[in-house]
Amino acid sequence: MGTLQSSPAPSEYADLSEKTGFSFEQIGVLHKRFRHLSHNDNVLRKEDFNGIPDLASNPIRTQIVEAFFDQRNFSKDGDGKVDEIGFEEFLVVMSHFRPPSLPMTDEQRDSVRKEKLRFLFNMHDSDNDGMITLEEYRHVVEELLSRSGALGKETAKGIADAAMLEVASISVGHMEPDEFYEGITFDHFLKLLATFEIESKMSVRFLNMDTITLCK
Amino acid sequence: MFWRRAAHGRVGFRRSLPELGLLLLATLVLLEGSVLPLGAASSPETGITPGAGVSHGHADKNHSETKHKKPFPVLGLNYDSVKTPFEISLWVLLASLMKLGFHLLPRVSSIVPESCLLIVVGLLVGGGIKLIREEVPPVLDTKLFFYCLLPPIILDAGYFLPIRPFMENLGTILMFAVVGTLWNAFFVGGFLFAVCQIPHASLSHIGLLPCLLFGSIISAVDPVAVLAVFEEIHINELLHILVFGESLLNDAVTVVLYHLFEEFSEAGTVTVLDGFLGVISFLVVALGGVLVGAFYGFVAALTSRFTYHIRVIEPLFVFVYSYMAYLSAEVFHLSGIMALIACGAVMRPYVEANISHKSHTTIKYFLKMWSSVSETLIFIFLGVATVEGPHQWNWVFVTATVILCLVSRVIGVVGLTFVINKFRMVNLTTKDQFIIAYGGLRGAIAFSLGFLLDIEHFKDMREIFLTAIITVVFFTVFVQGMTIKPLVELLAVKKKQEAKRSINEEIHTQFLDHLLTGIEDICGHYGHHHWKDKLNRFNKKYVKGFLIAGERSKEPQLIAFYHKLEMKQAIQLVESGGGSKLPSAMPSTVSMQNIQPKNQPPPPKPTERALPQLTKGREEEIRKILRSNLQRTRQRLHSYNRHTLVADPDEEGFQDIILKKQKMMELDRKIKEMANYLSVPSHPKDSPTMSRARLASDPQAYNIKLPAGGVPTIQVDLASPQSPDSVNLLDEIGKAEQKEDSGLMMKPPESNGPEKAGEKDGWRDQQKLTRCLSDPGPGAEEDEDEPFLP
Repeated sequence: MGTLQSSPAPSEYADLSEKTGFSFEQIGVLHKRFRHLSHNDNVLRKEDFNGIPDLASNPIRTQIVEAFFDQRNFSKDGDGKVDEIGFEEFLVVMSHFRPPSLPMTDEQRDSVRKEKLRFLFNMHDSDNDGMITLEEYRHVVEELLSRSGALGKETAKGIADAAMLEVASISVGHMEPDEFYEGITFDHFLKLLATFEIESKMSVRFLNMDTITLCK
Repeated sequence: MFWRRAAHGRVGFRRSLPELGLLLLATLVLLEGSVLPLGAASSPETGITPGAGVSHGHADKNHSETKHKKPFPVLGLNYDSVKTPFEISLWVLLASLMKLGFHLLPRVSSIVPESCLLIVVGLLVGGGIKLIREEVPPVLDTKLFFYCLLPPIILDAGYFLPIRPFMENLGTILMFAVVGTLWNAFFVGGFLFAVCQIPHASLSHIGLLPCLLFGSIISAVDPVAVLAVFEEIHINELLHILVFGESLLNDAVTVVLYHLFEEFSEAGTVTVLDGFLGVISFLVVALGGVLVGAFYGFVAALTSRFTYHIRVIEPLFVFVYSYMAYLSAEVFHLSGIMALIACGAVMRPYVEANISHKSHTTIKYFLKMWSSVSETLIFIFLGVATVEGPHQWNWVFVTATVILCLVSRVIGVVGLTFVINKFRMVNLTTKDQFIIAYGGLRGAIAFSLGFLLDIEHFKDMREIFLTAIITVVFFTVFVQGMTIKPLVELLAVKKKQEAKRSINEEIHTQFLDHLLTGIEDICGHYGHHHWKDKLNRFNKKYVKGFLIAGERSKEPQLIAFYHKLEMKQAIQLVESGGGSKLPSAMPSTVSMQNIQPKNQPPPPKPTERALPQLTKGREEEIRKILRSNLQRTRQRLHSYNRHTLVADPDEEGFQDIILKKQKMMELDRKIKEMANYLSVPSHPKDSPTMSRARLASDPQAYNIKLPAGGVPTIQVDLASPQSPDSVNLLDEIGKAEQKEDSGLMMKPPESNGPEKAGEKDGWRDQQKLTRCLSDPGPGAEEDEDEPFLP
């Protein structure tokens, strides 16, 4: 990949850095990667992701790619999907995976957790109605088991059902027989993964990235 | 007076148990002591006959020739030939009785960790034996220790090593193990040499290399001691795996340093080349050990693939292959401990997929049993060996050693953490560092290595070294071991989370793994997740198919986890008595019904819905009864008693369950379609066997919706267990008739019109049955004679 054509000025980086929390070097590295993926274009489209060979064997690749084009992940009030994203949105999505900068106060930790769990929630909640219904959850499990063939489908249903039951038991506790548990709301989701330590688990090391290595 | 004392002893029964052990040992030792001279005398003859008029036979024998026939010995005494196994058994018995005794004294064992108590017992026993016989048997024989006592503990640790946290923290663990131990060794050795140069300490004969050798012996954190102490304090997983992992992996360093310095102590000098070779040797030792272990692990996994027909010897393969890995590594002077860990960790996922549930339980219990006895014995022997000596107490040396060990550990941990935190995602706090430093206990391995020192080459030094080692071991085990628990409480260190792994967490763990791998791929970064994912895929594609028998090889992890969970629930259900409520983590009344989306058309008129619905409690009862009956039926089918597993979770049974479930779901769907077009919510037409099967294998509670007419009629009949109907699943679909003899059945509701005929009877029967099953039963407001309808 040769030299940098037009490296964006550090002033732009300052803006982005403040918004997303990445350092300048990290932003530079990610920018290089963005340009590589988008073939030196300013915007990234869904088809560009198909060029990554390793992603093809990932069972949840569609959901991952969708997450990049989901406006809910760009800002708090976003809604709907877009077809192409710029570098800023790319960076914002990536910033969800930034490792937590220590030391953190408890509120900081809480807000980081909420942010990351919100990202996950948005990935599951594909129809954007604010809750993960049984169908959506089943879809998630099916995708995870998508490479196990027919056996996977039936068991996926069973697993999703059992998981849903668990969520309902934890969150709601007591329900009458004719009540219907609509779906997992964000609060229930938070409660469910309360012990999961997501702030440290959901992070990628952006430190020593060598993005030039992976070429098609 | 004697009687009174005995009576008193009987009253204070609890206190006498440890004393009982000691008494037992003392008497047997005395017996042995007294028998020994007799044995020596009688060994030329065949045996002593305590019979009265026969002793002259011996005298005769001496005079006459061999032709004289001596009388047949009715009762003989020959202790010599069983001496060794007998003594070994005595020791093991003592160890086990001690363990038993401690748990009867809860107050003491909550203050003092078990390891301390055991050392004290060892001291007492050693003292006792010394008093009686003037010499103590050399129990902590190096061969015995390294080939018999240590392997079970290490295998237990390696087989049950939690792989995920271990791999996640591998860098940190290696840093502590390798760099930390090196630092400790050189620091302690170097400063001790300086101390030895002090004029009037009478230590000037100890050269630099022996000091370094001593440093390398004493610097290694001991896995046995760490296990013993940390097991009781229940700290969080991260700290536990850090200290424990370090204690396991520093074996390679210790081995290399020990051999290095031992060789060169004789030569007297060390050149740079030797140092360089030492580094190479370290790599060879460590990696070689791991490779040997991994090799044996794979062979074991492959062997377990074919044990389908002879399940009984499956545990044996696990043990023997592991032990051979250890011994093979020792042959080449590689790290036996690392070989053992690698073997256990490598073979476990494949072996567990292949072996039966009972073999798994056997392996678990045998490993726990052996490692527990080994650990106990090691501590007792430490105590005995302390009494035995040889000792040479040198104030300066000993105190310097203790202080230096502590100081070097603290400095090492702090310094290393500073470096490590730059590379970690979750930093180690000061509290963590303190616990890691404080948890660096020394133990029996150091002592055995000291014992191994050649007496010739280390003439005057060996005793000093041994004394110092024992002192450090005592100090760490007693002082640090006893105080770490209150310190953990004081510092409010995070404790181990007891929560069970839920299915949601498992789903999300997997989801996150894939997500992070995807993100790494998008960034173009070959990070941890990328390689982990590659390894997993390689594993799934090639290795699993090769090493795991049958269908299980294709089972993804999530499904395996789910099945394990279901099995656990089923077992729990049986063990809890079958009739009582299924114990669940969260007491809740949510059932599957609440979650399933309503796909029937909405109920049209209020009048039709004025029919009584099953209340929650009633429904639960029915479900419980059905489930319990199902379990009992299957129990009887397999003719187990209630204390063994219900569904024999062997491969065949497992596959059957899955198959049945699949077919069930298809039928379920078909029937739902049929039932969809009724004007009122009706419950799906289930044949008896189908409902039975569903309840058996599915944690889904039975989904009961009322038919138009009224209650579901459930006639439950426990009378006939072995009906073939309960096995034949799918033949009964579509048969409308009821079989009176079947173990369980549901009267399928007719598609139109309510049924009133069998209502009352059905419910009464059920009531009777409820009592029979000694259920908690329906609420008190019910009478047997009243119909179900309120």
